[in-house]
Amino acid sequence: MPGAIHAEGLVKHFGDVKALDGVDLDVPEGTVLGLLGPNGAGKTTTVRCLTTLLTPDAGKAQVAGIDVLKHPNEVRRSIGLSGQFAAVDEYLTGRENLQMVARLYQMNAKAAKQRAGELLDQFDLAEAADRPSKTYSGGMRRRLDLAAALVVRPPVMFMDEPTTGLDPRNRQALWEVIKELVGGGTTLLLTTQYLEEADHLAHDICVVDHGRVIARGTSDQLKAQTGGERVEVVVHERGHMATAEEVLRGFAKGGGATAVEEHTRKLTVPVTGGAKLLAEVIRELDAHGIEIDDIGLRRPTLDDVFISLTGHAAVTDSAPADAETPERAEKGAVQ
Amino acid sequence: MTALPETARPGTPVSGGGVTGSVRDSLVVAKRNLIRMSRIPEVVLFGLIQPVMFVILFTYVFGGSMKIGASTDADVYKNFLMAGVFAQTVTFATAGAGAGIADDMHKGLIDRFRSLPMARGAVLTGRTVADLVQTALTLLVLAVVALLVGWRPGFAEPTDLGRILAGFGLLLLLGYAFTWIGALIGLSVRTPEAATSGGLIWLFPVTFISNAFVDSSQMTPWLRHIADWNPFSATVQACRTLFGDPGVSQSAAWPMQHPVWASLIYSILIIALFRTLAVRKYRKAGG
Repeated sequence: MPGAIHAEGLVKHFGDVKALDGVDLDVPEGTVLGLLGPNGAGKTTTVRCLTTLLTPDAGKAQVAGIDVLKHPNEVRRSIGLSGQFAAVDEYLTGRENLQMVARLYQMNAKAAKQRAGELLDQFDLAEAADRPSKTYSGGMRRRLDLAAALVVRPPVMFMDEPTTGLDPRNRQALWEVIKELVGGGTTLLLTTQYLEEADHLAHDICVVDHGRVIARGTSDQLKAQTGGERVEVVVHERGHMATAEEVLRGFAKGGGATAVEEHTRKLTVPVTGGAKLLAEVIRELDAHGIEIDDIGLRRPTLDDVFISLTGHAAVTDSAPADAETPERAEKGAVQ
Repeated sequence: MTALPETARPGTPVSGGGVTGSVRDSLVVAKRNLIRMSRIPEVVLFGLIQPVMFVILFTYVFGGSMKIGASTDADVYKNFLMAGVFAQTVTFATAGAGAGIADDMHKGLIDRFRSLPMARGAVLTGRTVADLVQTALTLLVLAVVALLVGWRPGFAEPTDLGRILAGFGLLLLLGYAFTWIGALIGLSVRTPEAATSGGLIWLFPVTFISNAFVDSSQMTPWLRHIADWNPFSATVQACRTLFGDPGVSQSAAWPMQHPVWASLIYSILIIALFRTLAVRKYRKAGG
């Protein structure tokens, strides 16, 4: 039985650019799928196709059991969308924004008013409810945007990079809100550039690149594929790099290769064993008379997942996450 | 937080649709735009400065050296001018509508609206209706200024309140029609800034190659033809006729002979055409 969100072979072109190149997805009811990928991978385009904002060139999709292409308006009644940018009218107050959205979900005026009040309480916006949302902080605007997406308690939710541009504290707060939501049985498709976020929130993860799903599984499965933790060492003298590489090779998990960056004097090696192992590495380097500037243990990042899956870095054009993304630019080009 | 009574569970939306749903959704969006406008009063204010400036500049700088029919009397030009400035002012609402819609696109609001189970044309209709309200306010203030500087309806021909109101009705209809052109521009450009300039630039030739500010019978023949058939001129001519202003064109061109009908037909055609195009564009916004 297909899940609450189901897509097969989604293809979408923007002029010569193939934004989606056959995306297949299935999100069982009540679970969270994290769509992980760099800017321009096709995450937003996938969400736009599933939320009826874009018509795919090929493929089919069902949301909440409804055919997205045949009955878009029925789908719209069953979904909530929180896009990449907080889509609220900044000159309207928080309350007015929510009431407007509720009215447009076809609620009557009384129900809309009541629901807006509930959401403002729930999202800790009651105090700011009657101020224009222009005066809100980034985190508050995000919460308001999310509240607007939840007006009808939709069974299926889409969130496109919900925490992009938020500081760590607000990110944590939003994660809590999302977890609560999912705890209530909502099916969620979430896009993110952060492995940590997908790790935290998603039951399953699809890694997307160049409009295709290149890997899927739980976060543990993906991490196993990526090679777990790494020890990163910066040696003091360039002349010590060869010896240091020799030492680190002894700790490499499964004979994994040591990555060497000459100009920063940085060596990275995949390991298992955590902090205890780190102490051993320090002792061993010391025994060889290698002076170190920095050493640390780190979890695989999105870059590591990408390098291990595709052989290229995740964010190739190093575009800042909150700036105009390629997907956004593509959108502009076809308007 | 108050407890939710069982009878008003908002999780189940009331089903809308059809014409009623469309009108309802349009009103919700219009209300939103009006609240917005009321919180940025400077926009309304700046919208007033330009036409008031034109009334004053044209009246005192050009008045006395402009020949209307056979007269160069400054009072004649003043009374001739007003219908032209009124009409130009209502068409400038185009830029506001375009910029507003482009801004909504830019900020992701159009995406939000498009993901809601609402009537397809309501976002654009709501915006154009709100602009119509703003245009009506601007026109009201401008009419008072015109009266203050010496505009006297009935200066050339007798008129009455009904005819004057009919003239303002035609002006509002023209303004409404032009905001649909603005809506299409707003959906077609990438930034609100582009929508503002793109919404204004073409209005200068449209409003100047017309009978609005000069007597078109004194133009070179090819230019006069354009001016006589310009949809904008039809409304100006209709207003002059209805207001009893001087300088009504004697041209044999059909729109100049039947200006009220021509104005109505032109405006309705513009609405029909540009509403269709804009709604189609809206439905496909973003790909």
